This record gives sequence, C-alpha cells and structure tokens, in this order.
Amino acid sequence: MRLETWLPALILLSSLVPGLVIFLLREENHILRTSLNLVGAVMKLGLVGIMIWGVFHERVFETRWTLAPGLDLVLHADALSVLFVTLSTVLWLVTTVYAIGYLENGPHRSRFFGFFSLCVTATVGLALAGNLFTFVIFYEILTLSTYPLVAHKGTTEAVRGARIYLSYTLAGGMLLLVGAIWLHTMAGPLDFAQGGILGDIDGLDTTLLSWIFLLLITGLGVKAALVPLHGWLPQAMVAPAPVSALLHAVAVVKAGAFGIVRIVYDVYGVEFADSLDLLAPLGAAAAVTIIYGSVKALSQDHLKKRLAYSTVSQVSYIALGTAIVGPIATIGGMVHLVHQGLLKITLFFAAGNYAETLGIHKVSEMNGVGRLMPGTTLAFTIGALGMIGIPPVAGFISKWYLGLGAVEAGAATWVMPVLVASSLLNAAYFLPILYRAWFRDLPREWPTPPRHTRRLETQAFLLWPPVATATLALAAGLFAAAPYSPLEWVELIAAREYRQ
Amino acid sequence: MNSLPVWPIILPLSGALLAILWPRRSARIGLFASLSTLFATGLLLWQVASQGQLIHPLGGWDPGLAIVLRADALATTLLLMSSLVALAAGWYATAYFENTTKQSQFWPLWLLMIAALHAMLLSADLFNLYVTLELLGLSAVSLAALGAGRAAVEAALRYLTVGLLGSMAFLAGLTLVYTRYGTLDMLSLAQVIESEPATWLALALMSTGLLVKSALFPLHFWLPPAHANAPAPVSAALSALVVKAAFYLMLRLWLDTFQSALTPAASSLLGLLGAGAVLWGSWNALRAPRLKLLAAYSTVAQLGYLFIFFPLLMALPPGPRYDAAFGALVLMALTHGFAKSALFLTAGVIQQRAGHDRIEGLGGTARALPVTTFTLALAGVALIGLPPSGAFIAKWQLLSSAFALGQWFWVPVVTIGSLLAAAYVFRVLGYAFGTGEGVAHALSNGREELPALLLAIIATVVLGLGSIIVWHFIAPGALPAESF
Repeated sequence: MRLETWLPALILLSSLVPGLVIFLLREENHILRTSLNLVGAVMKLGLVGIMIWGVFHERVFETRWTLAPGLDLVLHADALSVLFVTLSTVLWLVTTVYAIGYLENGPHRSRFFGFFSLCVTATVGLALAGNLFTFVIFYEILTLSTYPLVAHKGTTEAVRGARIYLSYTLAGGMLLLVGAIWLHTMAGPLDFAQGGILGDIDGLDTTLLSWIFLLLITGLGVKAALVPLHGWLPQAMVAPAPVSALLHAVAVVKAGAFGIVRIVYDVYGVEFADSLDLLAPLGAAAAVTIIYGSVKALSQDHLKKRLAYSTVSQVSYIALGTAIVGPIATIGGMVHLVHQGLLKITLFFAAGNYAETLGIHKVSEMNGVGRLMPGTTLAFTIGALGMIGIPPVAGFISKWYLGLGAVEAGAATWVMPVLVASSLLNAAYFLPILYRAWFRDLPREWPTPPRHTRRLETQAFLLWPPVATATLALAAGLFAAAPYSPLEWVELIAAREYRQ
Repeated sequence: MNSLPVWPIILPLSGALLAILWPRRSARIGLFASLSTLFATGLLLWQVASQGQLIHPLGGWDPGLAIVLRADALATTLLLMSSLVALAAGWYATAYFENTTKQSQFWPLWLLMIAALHAMLLSADLFNLYVTLELLGLSAVSLAALGAGRAAVEAALRYLTVGLLGSMAFLAGLTLVYTRYGTLDMLSLAQVIESEPATWLALALMSTGLLVKSALFPLHFWLPPAHANAPAPVSAALSALVVKAAFYLMLRLWLDTFQSALTPAASSLLGLLGAGAVLWGSWNALRAPRLKLLAAYSTVAQLGYLFIFFPLLMALPPGPRYDAAFGALVLMALTHGFAKSALFLTAGVIQQRAGHDRIEGLGGTARALPVTTFTLALAGVALIGLPPSGAFIAKWQLLSSAFALGQWFWVPVVTIGSLLAAAYVFRVLGYAFGTGEGVAHALSNGREELPALLLAIIATVVLGLGSIIVWHFIAPGALPAESF
C-alpha cells in the first residue's frame, strides 16, 4: 500500500466514515458524536498537511478507480486542489466546533451532523477531482447532501427554501452534466492538466467547443450565483447559521467558482479559451454580478440576506480574475477563493451569534451590540473591512492583484471602474452596520433580553470560531509574503498554469 | 454440475408445492426456498463467469427435442437480480402479511411466479418462452388481485385481459416463425433468419405482445392501477421484475435472433415510444396523488429509458462502443430493478403505518420513520440518475452514445426526464421532511425497513461504485485489453 495512491482516498474517508457512523448514533449520544466529528476533522487536517508538503515537493498523489469503460473516478492532488482542500478542511474544523455550540439542544442532531460530514466529503472530493467526470459526480453529491441541511428546520419556509435551492442546482447540474458528456465524447477522458488539455488536441470543432463552454459555465454559474442564476442564494439563507456559513464560504458557492476556475485553466486552458473569445463574456457576466449583488445588498435590512447578496457579488471576483488573461489577475482571482472564504465565514458566524444570543436578525436592530458582544463584533468588523478591501485584511490583497492584473492585461478600462464601484458599494452597505454596532446607543428593549450574568458574551463554542477565522483573515493579509501563505501558494499555481 | 441451470427453477417451484401442502408454515418454506434459490443462482453465476455460457437439455434428450435451458451472462445477471429482489421482497412480505390469512395465499403464487420468471430467463426457444410468459402473467395477476378492495380486483382483471391479448399476439407471431423456418430455437433461428415480409410480420406480432406486457407508452395504461393497488411486496416484484422480463425478451429478439431482419426505422420507432414513455410517465408521476401510483408511473418512465437504447444499439457497429452501450443498458435495468423494488417496499411501510399513502399527508415521516425516509431518498437518487447510483453511469453512457452518433434528439428527452424525476422524488421528500403528524411514532421493525434499505443500497452504492463488474461480465469487449 503506497501512500501516494491512498492519501486522496483517505482524506475523503476521514469525513465520510464519521458521517456514516453518526447517522447510526442515538440523539442523546452527544459525546461520541462530538468526538467523532472532531477526530475526523483533525485527522483530515493532518492528512492534508502531508499532502501540502508532498505537492510542494512535486510528489504525485492519485487514487484511480474505474467505474465504466472510459470513465475513471480520479482523485488527484495538484497545487490548485490542495488550495481548495486546505480551505475546506480548515473551515470544516472551525464550522464543526461552531455547529456543536449552535445545535447543542436542537432536534435531529445525528441527521444534521451526518449530512454535514457528507457535505464536506463532497466538497473535498470536488477539490480533489482529477477529471471532469469525477468533478460532476461530487458536484451532484454536494447538491444532494446540502438539501437536508437547508431544509433542516422543517418549517414551511425552510422546506420551500430548500426546494428552490434544489430546483436551481439540479437544473444547473444537468447542464453541466450534458456539457461534460458532450466534451468527453469529443475529446476523450478529460483529466485536468495545468495549462489546459483542449488546446493540444487537433481537429476539434471550435464552434461546438464554444457551445459546450456555455453549457458548462451556465451549469457552474448556478452554484457560483452568477446573475441571473443567483435566485436560490438569498432563499437558502433559511438554513441554520453554520450551514449558511459553510454554504457561502466553502461548500456550494465556492464549488461553482472552483469549477469555473478548473474549466478555464485546466480543461480549456486560459490562452486557448481566450483564443476562442470565451473569456470576455465570462468577464462581463462577472462584472455585472459584482455590481448587481452589491446594489441589492444595500437595500436589505435582514442581516443574513445582506450577507447573501454580498456573497453573490464577492464570489464573482474569482470569475473575474479567471476571465482576465495574465498571471497576476489569476493570482488575484484564485487567492480570493481563500480570502472570501475566511471573511464570509466570519461574517456568517457573527450573524449567527447575534441571532442566537440576542435574537437580532436585522441590521436595524443592531444598535450598540458592540458593547454587549465585543468579541463577535470585532470579528465582524475585521470581516467587513476585509470585504471592502481595506489593508491589511486579506481582501485587500485580492483586489490589489485583480487591479494590477487588469492593468497588465490591458483590461483596466473596464475592470478598474468595476473594482472601484464595487468597493464603494461594499463600504456603503458594511460601514453603516459597523457604525450602528459600535457608536449607536443601546436600545431599551431587545428581541431576546441579554443575559449579563455570564462571563463570556456568548457560548465559548460560538465565540471562538469567528475570532479564529477573523484572525486567519488578518494573518493572510499581514503575512501574505510568508512561505505557505495563500498568496505564495497561489503564485505557485499561477506559475504552473502559465508554464513559466 | 451441468444441471446447475435447473435449480433456480426447481427450488422455488418445489417451495410453491410445499407451501400449498403446509399453509401454516408457508412463510418459512417461502423464505427458505428464496434463500436457496439465491444460493443456486450464485453458484450458476460463478460457473458462467468462469466457463462461459451453459446449455442444458432437460432430461438428456437430443437438442431439437428437449427443452433446452441456456444460461449466459445476461440471463444469469438478471437471474441474480431477480433472486435478490425476490428474497428481499419476500422477507418484507412476512411482516406485511403478518397475522392475516393472505400470508398462506401469497407464498405459493409468489414462488410460482419466481419459478416462471427464472424459467423464462433461461429458456432458449420461443415456445418455452411463450409458456413461461403465460405462467408468469397468470401468477402475477393472481398476486395483484391479493390487494385490498375492489380497485385491486378491477385492476387485476384489466391486467389479465391485456396480458392475455399480449400473449395471443406473441403466439401468433411464433406460429408464423415456425411455419416459415421450422425451428423455434433462438440460436439456430439467428443463423437462418431472412429479411422478408413474413419475418417482419412475425416480429411485429411478437413485439406488440411483448410491448404490451412491458407497458411501453402508449400501451402502458394497464400498469399504473395494477401496480398501485397490488400489495406492496407484489408491486415491487411486478415493477422490478415482471415488466422487465418482457423487456428482456424484446432485447433477445431484437438484438440477437432477429437482428439481421431489422431496419433502423423500426428501432427508431421503439426509441420514440421510449421517449414518450419517459416524458409522459415522469409527468404523471409528478402529478400522482399517491406514493404507490407515483412509483408505478415512474416505472413507465424508467422503461422508456431502456427502450431509448434500442436505436443507439442498432446504429452502433459491433465494437467497444457497442459493448459500452450494451453494458450501460444492463446496468440501467439492474439499477431500476433494485431501486424501484426498494421504493415500493418503503411505500408499503408508510402505507401500513400511516393508513394511507397520500403524498400530501406524509408530513413528519422523516421524524417518525427516519430509516424508511432515508431509503426513499436513496432509491430516489437512483431513479433520478444522480451519482453515486448505477443509473448515473448508465445515463452518462447513454448520452455519450447519443452524442457520438449525432442522435441529439435523445439528449433533451433524457435531461427533461431526469429533471422531472427529481421533481417527483423531492416532492415526496419535501413533504416527508416537513411538519405534520402524518405517520405515527412506533418502534421500527427490522423486517419492515431493512429489506428496502438493502435494495436501495445495492442500487445506489454497490451498482454505482462497482459498476465496472457489469461490463467485465456482460460486455468485456468494451474494456481495454490490459485490464484483464
């Protein structure tokens, strides 16, 4: 048994097996369930650590399993997959801790944590997918395993939100499936390769390739919430807070964005895609989405809805970076995959804390919460400043590289206005929240009366996760030039993509 | 060991006789017979896998006189599915009919039906096929009539009439073949068949008979009431096995025996009817007010997918692509067999617990019956054709063949059909996860919930991850040489 062939599978199993066991546990078996969750998450982190080291030293990790003639299930670690695997593994650990605190006394915990683990397994499988077939498999499994999480509360509203979520994502998945099969039939097994694979195959019909690209990107665009395919995202925020956090930061929305990155860089090849004139429409869609999401976020009073529209906008930075040809823009887009994840998960954790501790769901109810919940509000502030792009929080790095990349590629005339407008809009919908939280007076009445008797502002399991992720987001910005920082790693990927 | 093909028929048959003699022990006899049938099938499968197909003339008569049994890879694969489904559904039936008089009426008919089905799968000539088809039809109708109330009897009577008409058509076609070619052995017929009007007429008659029995749109009208009103374990076998038996014969006739006499137009017609079945069946499943009716319409749709393979297989020249598509067809049929039987068994559990199976009244099922709801979801995944089910891989190959041949037409049909399937499956799950007191809390009973769960796991996990075995066994030509 060689480590190289088993490591990817082991990483998958480290969340799959605990998940399946958790399904069988009784509701009351709190200790065993929690330890299974945490042991799985920590083990996965350790295994991913080995993988990071290996990939950096150019070792090849690959698990291959033939399912049908010409169709292999391939789990393969390259620099890009390691980036996404690490992000999901770290955030899974944090979110698990948060979810344990959040659902402490709720119903159906075994079902919840079971599907939660399946959802992470799907995300990691998607990250490690070595070809388009495998990617599609995990993409669909992700849809299926998140449905019960969105519907978890079982209220009419939750079931309705879950149904809308499902209609969008299954329809998108079907488009992706058709595109993938079509491309597979034309070009053979689509094993992802840095620099792309289609450019090296002669005799492909370029018109058909363009249509297939449209199918694939539309299918992925549903999960990545590209306008006008974003309709499900604000509805899906009926889910419990840890699910929203995971959905917006790593699992679903990121899966779509990551897929777009894979298709453009490792299937078509960014230069080949550009030569087919496919990137300009993608860039336009991303730009429209960035502005539209921000404008919509302005008018939302519901905090989670405002954050949801902010996600619509922010995730499209990744697509934008992908659509601009040139290594610097690539860096900007890909590094945002990590940065947006850290920032957005912090914001959703904080929103969950407000709702859980004080019963606050709306921006207009947030007057003075900074004084009652300083830790949570500090984390929220770091997240919000990062989203706006204020140094030294990580979000600044993404926007800086996107801007530089646009200048390098000669696309500054349309990218720059989008970046500036979006940053201004970000400021316009985040700063009023910060002002309210820190500087407005406390109201006399709360939706849920605050309990001052406790030493901490809220339960420890709810407080530490946002503080941890906010710290990581700050560190990713401050130490961006340190070895193994997200930025350094993405520079490695970009160097390999452009074959420099 | 050469008599091995006899056992999967003899064992359930003797079980049926014993169950008549000892009605009070019928459940035990039945389970034992099903278990030993499964064991015999396993041995047969192992034999065929290691030595290739087995041909066994009954009673040692010369070929031409004797009743010949032929066990090849396709037949034994379906035999294995049927033994497994029969065992699981039978296991559930012991709980379903517990403390009712129907227990002792059920088992002889059930075992007889399995014996007939197995005899049909193993028959090598057209006349035996006709006989076993009749036996299968009659025992299936009697089982369907065991359902409660007038609706079940009415549906069973309609099922009987339609089935008999189908058999008549088959018999007429078979007579024509015998008059023209002087033999009914399928392998020898394949050598001498000629493309001429008499052959076409014969094939048309036989096919019509089989299409009625396999409920291809628009000849499906008898299926939904019959399958929806039969007792749940019976519905499982009817949907998973009995309709598929007629389909299996279509496959044999069209792809082996009469292949040289066929035109692409004929197979396109089958494909078009299949497409109609996919859309019409899925649409009606979506509108069905009751869970079992939904499952029955879903069967109509799923059979449609199987028929869409015909025009593709006819257009593909022999070679790896053909073998890949053929393996996918078998995988699709297997997945549907396991998934649909699982769905009917869960419907039975829900119906008995809630006292009804109205979909809108299923609120709170996920809380009261978590295992059954999970099974329902797993089976649903396979019916939609999502990963990791076997149907996902089969649909991938189906669409891949369509793209390779430039037959684009099938792509939207399969896509829309899958989306409709997702809609009807998640409509049920939406109610099940929602609030309500539709199903009362009760201690779950392993005999009720486990058989369905096992069947659903086979459909969604085993066939999905181990799908390559189907190609190894049925169509090894699809695989690159080095993988042996």
